[in-house]
Amino acid sequence: MSTQVATAEAGFLARVSRFSPPRRYLPVLGTFALFIGMFGVGGIRYDGFADPQVFLTLLLDNGFLIVLAVGMTFVILTGGIDLSVGSNVALSTLIAARTLEVGWPVAAVIGVVLLSGTLLGTAMGLLIHYFDIQPFIATLAGMFLARGLCYLISVESIPIEDGTFKTIAFGSITLPGGYYLGWTAVFALAVVAVAAYVLSSTRFGRTVYALGGSESSALLMGLPVAATKVGVYAISGLCAALGGLLFALYTLSGYSLHAVGMELDAIAAVVIGGTLLTGGRGFVVGSLLGVLVLGTIQTFISFDGTLSSWWTRISIGVLVLVFVVAQRVLTRR
Amino acid sequence: MPEILRSGRAIGARMMAHRLFWPLAALGALLVVNLIATPTFFNVRIQDGHLFGSLVDIVRNGAPVLLVAIGMTLVIATRGIDLSVGAVAAIAGAVACVYIVESPADGAAGAAVIAVSMALAVCVALGLWNGFLVAVVGIQPIIATLVLMVAGRGIAMLVTGGQITTVNNDAFAALASGHLLTLPVAALIALGVFAATQIVVRRTALGLLIESVGINPEASRLAGVRSRTIIWTVYVFAALCAGTAGLIIAANTHSVNANSLGLWIELDAILAVVIGGTSLAGGRFSLTGTLVGAMLIATLTRTIPNIGIPAEANYLFKALVVVIVCLLQSPKARAVLQRRREPVPTSRGEVVA
Amino acid sequence: MSQAEVKPPPPVVEMHDVSITFGAVRALDGVSLRLLPGEVHALMGENGAGKSTLIKALTGVYTIDAGRVRIDGVETQFATPAAAQRAGISTVYQEVNLVPNLTVAENMLLGRERHRFGRLGPIDRRDMNRRAAASLQSLGIDVDPGSELGSHPIAVQQLVAIARAVDTDARVLILDEPTSSLDADEVARLFDVMRRLREQGTAIVFVSHFLDQVFEIADRMTILRNGRVVGERLVAETTQLELVQLMIGRDLQVLERLDQAAHEATEEAAEQRLPVLSALGLGRKGSLEATDLTLYPGEVVGIAGLLGSGRTELARLLFGADAPDTGELTVKGSSGRRLRSPRHAIDRKLAFCSEDRKAEGVFEELSVADNMLLGLQASRGWLRPIPTATRSALVKEFMAALDVRPADSSLPMRSLSGGNQQKVLLARWLITEPDVLLLDEPTRGIDIGAKTQIQQLVADLAEKGMSVVFISAELEEVLRLSHRLVVLKDRRKIAERPNRGIDINDVLEIITGEPGGVAEKERADA
Repeated sequence: MSTQVATAEAGFLARVSRFSPPRRYLPVLGTFALFIGMFGVGGIRYDGFADPQVFLTLLLDNGFLIVLAVGMTFVILTGGIDLSVGSNVALSTLIAARTLEVGWPVAAVIGVVLLSGTLLGTAMGLLIHYFDIQPFIATLAGMFLARGLCYLISVESIPIEDGTFKTIAFGSITLPGGYYLGWTAVFALAVVAVAAYVLSSTRFGRTVYALGGSESSALLMGLPVAATKVGVYAISGLCAALGGLLFALYTLSGYSLHAVGMELDAIAAVVIGGTLLTGGRGFVVGSLLGVLVLGTIQTFISFDGTLSSWWTRISIGVLVLVFVVAQRVLTRR
Repeated sequence: MPEILRSGRAIGARMMAHRLFWPLAALGALLVVNLIATPTFFNVRIQDGHLFGSLVDIVRNGAPVLLVAIGMTLVIATRGIDLSVGAVAAIAGAVACVYIVESPADGAAGAAVIAVSMALAVCVALGLWNGFLVAVVGIQPIIATLVLMVAGRGIAMLVTGGQITTVNNDAFAALASGHLLTLPVAALIALGVFAATQIVVRRTALGLLIESVGINPEASRLAGVRSRTIIWTVYVFAALCAGTAGLIIAANTHSVNANSLGLWIELDAILAVVIGGTSLAGGRFSLTGTLVGAMLIATLTRTIPNIGIPAEANYLFKALVVVIVCLLQSPKARAVLQRRREPVPTSRGEVVA
Repeated sequence: MSQAEVKPPPPVVEMHDVSITFGAVRALDGVSLRLLPGEVHALMGENGAGKSTLIKALTGVYTIDAGRVRIDGVETQFATPAAAQRAGISTVYQEVNLVPNLTVAENMLLGRERHRFGRLGPIDRRDMNRRAAASLQSLGIDVDPGSELGSHPIAVQQLVAIARAVDTDARVLILDEPTSSLDADEVARLFDVMRRLREQGTAIVFVSHFLDQVFEIADRMTILRNGRVVGERLVAETTQLELVQLMIGRDLQVLERLDQAAHEATEEAAEQRLPVLSALGLGRKGSLEATDLTLYPGEVVGIAGLLGSGRTELARLLFGADAPDTGELTVKGSSGRRLRSPRHAIDRKLAFCSEDRKAEGVFEELSVADNMLLGLQASRGWLRPIPTATRSALVKEFMAALDVRPADSSLPMRSLSGGNQQKVLLARWLITEPDVLLLDEPTRGIDIGAKTQIQQLVADLAEKGMSVVFISAELEEVLRLSHRLVVLKDRRKIAERPNRGIDINDVLEIITGEPGGVAEKERADA
């Protein structure tokens, strides 16, 4: 009996030690390990860091960035880039704040914000696909356009006083053990789940990967290249609008100087999440982890107190470098 | 008469075909708009031996973007891009200001000279870093320079200790507000760098080799071009230009704010290069075009408050300019426009089900 | 398939008088092609003959400038590859046109996947893998359908591409060089599949440069040269020799006999001297087996061989454009180390004109003068520009010496014809005063006048002591110019002999392994 158990155990151990995850999961696992490691170190060094509520607050504080990073993941998977998302967030907060100010119903406000964001993304996608304008330039134009529209709406910050918005902003789910998770965080996680489903299990999602693998092959395979390429920018626009709504809930204001440079954080999160900037490889879950890593760095610095805030940027830069070089080495093989 | 008409039309067509026609036309149009809004717009007067006037201001205020754009032109010509220039400008400003503040004689001209040299030396190092990632490690330029773009402002803050560092050094401030031979020093530096680059690029073989690498990297390799050296050179040069721009900006405000110095200057610079007719796909470049592009952006920035639109709206106009210029340069968009003008015979190419 | 002659079934594809022009180049010139159901139809021709263009014209990648395409008798033109696929025309391109980052099954079935819980449900991966596994198994391909395509060797990827094409129930299956990366077993398996499909009535277009394979599997063939059809034959009634003659063309008017005596004289003198270049066992996996080659000063060595024989690969290895895996290369008695890069080779006075002028030689937007001087300038580095006087003197000298037209060195390179571009590229290398000139198809696609000028130039250069490796698909040319002949076949050197009393038929005999005289007699009779 005991020998049998022992062999079974040995077999299990052997299987565990032999188990090697497919290469494509390596970057995501790396990010996951990094995140766990950082949390572990934080837990050892600082009191209260290991408290689950710290993690839950991390989700709440970065909900909008998670949604942005999800949209950016679609774009980057096709080998493109979207610089407009930060401005798009600011524009969304302003549209929401202004329309609420003049008394629109909440549903209409949300509708018009989502529509405008998606339209901006679609327009850029059309420029990119049908006129061969490089994504970098087309979305740069989108970035300027959205920022300019912000100033047209209002130069000053507009506070959001609407009751429904406030309820959503402060609402949370109580978890066992007295912990709580903000509604906006729940919403962001839902977006991640939907995106993960779309990318892994729909034809559109698989075509996104195919485009990133080789656009000319995708065309020759008869896949819907045009619709997909325009589609990812539309999705990124939609996500930016969603992110804008979450940001408006987070700050309860609309302001033209909101989210300056947030596109960089989104891109960095996607890269740190293990998505290849050349396209074709990566997962939204990775981007979620990437955002969490960025958030943890900030939590680290705020817990420490002696570290200055600029270390956030430097460490993000170093992480981007490490991931980019590692990917270069992995793909060169 | 018809003869003259025809030849006139031919000249017109040739002018429109010139790649600087549209940028120059836009620049001219903007200046006319300004002149209508402010009839004294073109007035230039001499006061205390210095030239003053809106046109002088445009050149002076456009100097940093022009400087960055000159370096960017060469980088883009090699099929590259440098997103880190804004961060590099911030680092240069930070290094110089912190040195001046900490030096014992913080008002002396000597301190300013050493500070500027140190800042530029740091820029060379940063350029070498970018060049290393692109030419040796083989990372796409847009990604390689993203690293320094993200980390650079953090480094600049590390240098300044997160403070807005203010300097009181006349020699340093003269970089921006000084005058030499009645002209503003900042404009002279930018135009000087422009002229020097133009000469170096066209008198040595640098321009030719940059273009060859950008047009056809494989043919360049087979022809024996040392692409790595060329790429390294342009990234170092771009960083030097960015650093100089950062010093001028810092001198202009007598201070450095690591968070905001040179923020988005890379986008303006890339815009200037693209407006000037240098393709982002690399290859043939035009420094003169970049000069026109940078001046167009500076004039646009000046025009908007001048005609009574809030300054913030210049983003909208920039977006418009980017889209229009890119569409005019896009072969696909041109094809669509031409098809509109002369309908294609439908005799063939019809699908018969 | 000689029964096809008795009662020919209606063709499934008929292309009539199809032409395609790219800029000034006429890629296809009045080409006609008909495909019958249940036949393997080989498309034969050298590089640039128009095979790939023809295929892309049929499958909607290129738009046709003139001519008609009929599918089942109905005039059609496909706007996109997807439209051609829907009409039952499946293509496997030379370079694998699949997506490496998706799974094997996805690559086979994406676009035709099934969903669970109705159309809006998720893609049914299990069903996908099952279907893929079934069709892979029927082709005898042993691959896990759930694995990533890019993790497999190219040969497997190629088989998967074929499996995808077969799986669409195509009535026309186009295989563009499907066997170039397959080993003998894999080829046999592919042929089994092709035979089975032929029995089911599929029309298969087969492009390959392996003659033996074509003669094994094909029923009929259409032979292209310079964008024109030069023959349509039944394979059973054609010899390999005849085919090769059609493919490479025999321009009898240009065929002047070379001055053998002069050649022999230089050759004997050459034997006395030290070699300027010698390669020992130079090879690279997948492109050329270990090959020896020695080159003496003032000698022209001709490389004869068909497309895919390794002729281009040899030149690239000699120049360091590709890094060799094995062997040693000694240049002028220097160390026996391999050349690491073209830069390295140029420093040792080698020069290489690539066969692919557009991608690997010409800078279209730069001026003719800049294109000419780039080689020398690259050697000098950017800090030492060529002095203006030297520049203009050099450009003037070589514009005249090579008779470049139009004689305006400030024109952009793109405005020149192919022949004149080639002269400019030759000038680029001659300006660097090389000891060894590697010429890969220097006369392909250029007019007859420029061709003779370039041939004359090569002869003159050799007379002055330069060593030349001359590669060309045209055997006349190789024979006329070279002192010594190296014959390559299937990525291997199969013969090397002095060019003394050899004629084209002898070379063809070496390549095809068939006696040449017979075919020649048949031709005379006909």
